[in-house]
Amino acid sequence: MISRRKLLKGIPAGGSLLLAGCKDSLPPAYGTLFDASNTLTFTAHRILLRSQPLVREFSRDQITKNFPAINETNPSNPEYQRLRKGRFAEWRLPIEGLVGKPTALSLDALKRLPSRTQVTQHNCEQGWSAIAAWTGVPLSSVLQEAGMLPQARYVVFHTVDGWWDSLDMFDALHPQTLLAYGMNGGDLPVPHGAPLRLRVERQLGYKSLKYVSRIDVTERLDDVEDGTGAVGAAYGYSWYAGI
Amino acid sequence: MRHPLWVRVTHWIHFLAFSALLVSGAALLIAHPRFYWGESGYFDTPAAFELPLPVNLDQTGWGRDLHFLAAWITTLTGLVYLAWGLFARHFRYRAYNPLQRIAYRGVVFGLLPVAILTGLTLSPAVTAAYPVLFSLFGGRQSARTIHFFTAGLLAIFFLGHVVLTVRQGVRSIIVGKA
Repeated sequence: MISRRKLLKGIPAGGSLLLAGCKDSLPPAYGTLFDASNTLTFTAHRILLRSQPLVREFSRDQITKNFPAINETNPSNPEYQRLRKGRFAEWRLPIEGLVGKPTALSLDALKRLPSRTQVTQHNCEQGWSAIAAWTGVPLSSVLQEAGMLPQARYVVFHTVDGWWDSLDMFDALHPQTLLAYGMNGGDLPVPHGAPLRLRVERQLGYKSLKYVSRIDVTERLDDVEDGTGAVGAAYGYSWYAGI
Repeated sequence: MRHPLWVRVTHWIHFLAFSALLVSGAALLIAHPRFYWGESGYFDTPAAFELPLPVNLDQTGWGRDLHFLAAWITTLTGLVYLAWGLFARHFRYRAYNPLQRIAYRGVVFGLLPVAILTGLTLSPAVTAAYPVLFSLFGGRQSARTIHFFTAGLLAIFFLGHVVLTVRQGVRSIIVGKA
């Protein structure tokens, strides 16, 4: 049982949320020469982005038709299919780890939090790009709602189709980092990650996971899954994708 | 002709790094050998042009890592070369004929800066800090297309430079004396 005092202590004010984002962090190292160049890129970007500028947003008439849906487009997971048939009414998003108030939010609960809509460009690592309007709740609001603890440094995302990835607080708390439940004015379609996907606008598309199923707030990455920070590391994709 | 040591060292670093940029650039190109003009472009939009290359999606991981390692080395070595060259009044390229001067100056002060700037325009992080890059090149996909053509011109220069200098003798850029 969590006492009210502990719970309140666990809910940092907006100021300390921002401060948490300024903690020094470096991308996970994999023991190759590329650690050096990727860390150089990461550090240079953190200096360039120190004032946390927003990425460019477009007008609605610049939204592109037939936004590509790649990789998984309809997870075969039976539990997912059951929830899908029920229009995700029974779907819950567990938020665990270093939070004062571990919780499991329903889609309605997420929609009751202050929403944000942004028309942004999705930059696929393959080279193509497309523009869509994303509606959702800023990840920072959800973390605040769950009472993120001061020692929290990373947010780990797990998906229905077994993918996982992580962000440090600098990117997790950026105002355009969204948990999106809407796309182009409607509900997020299944091929695009329904009921909830991540939007990480300052990195390549592969960081914007579809079918988010669980969020884990941690202090370190080396004891999460295989310790690489992201499932993509096993396929040669760098953890930081601001390029 | 005599090449001072700093020219020879930066030259051979650039030779290795530029070779790595071409190889890794090709690895990235074959993931999506379609090019567009403007902000966006993907499978369902008409391409400005498409290269008849076999698509391979599995080379981009190491491709990006190597591309940025080589890009950092090229850029940092290039800055050393520029600073030293301005200090040593190197860029008058006195020993060369007019065509060579145009080619060398065009590469150093034209193609390489455009390649770096269009490359940076493909970065969602850098453009968050400097959205003016989009205006400069007419959108992200335009920047990608210009990056491709700039790389192509640099590759042509690279090959021409290798062929011509091998025929003339490469001793001076290795040991410093003709």
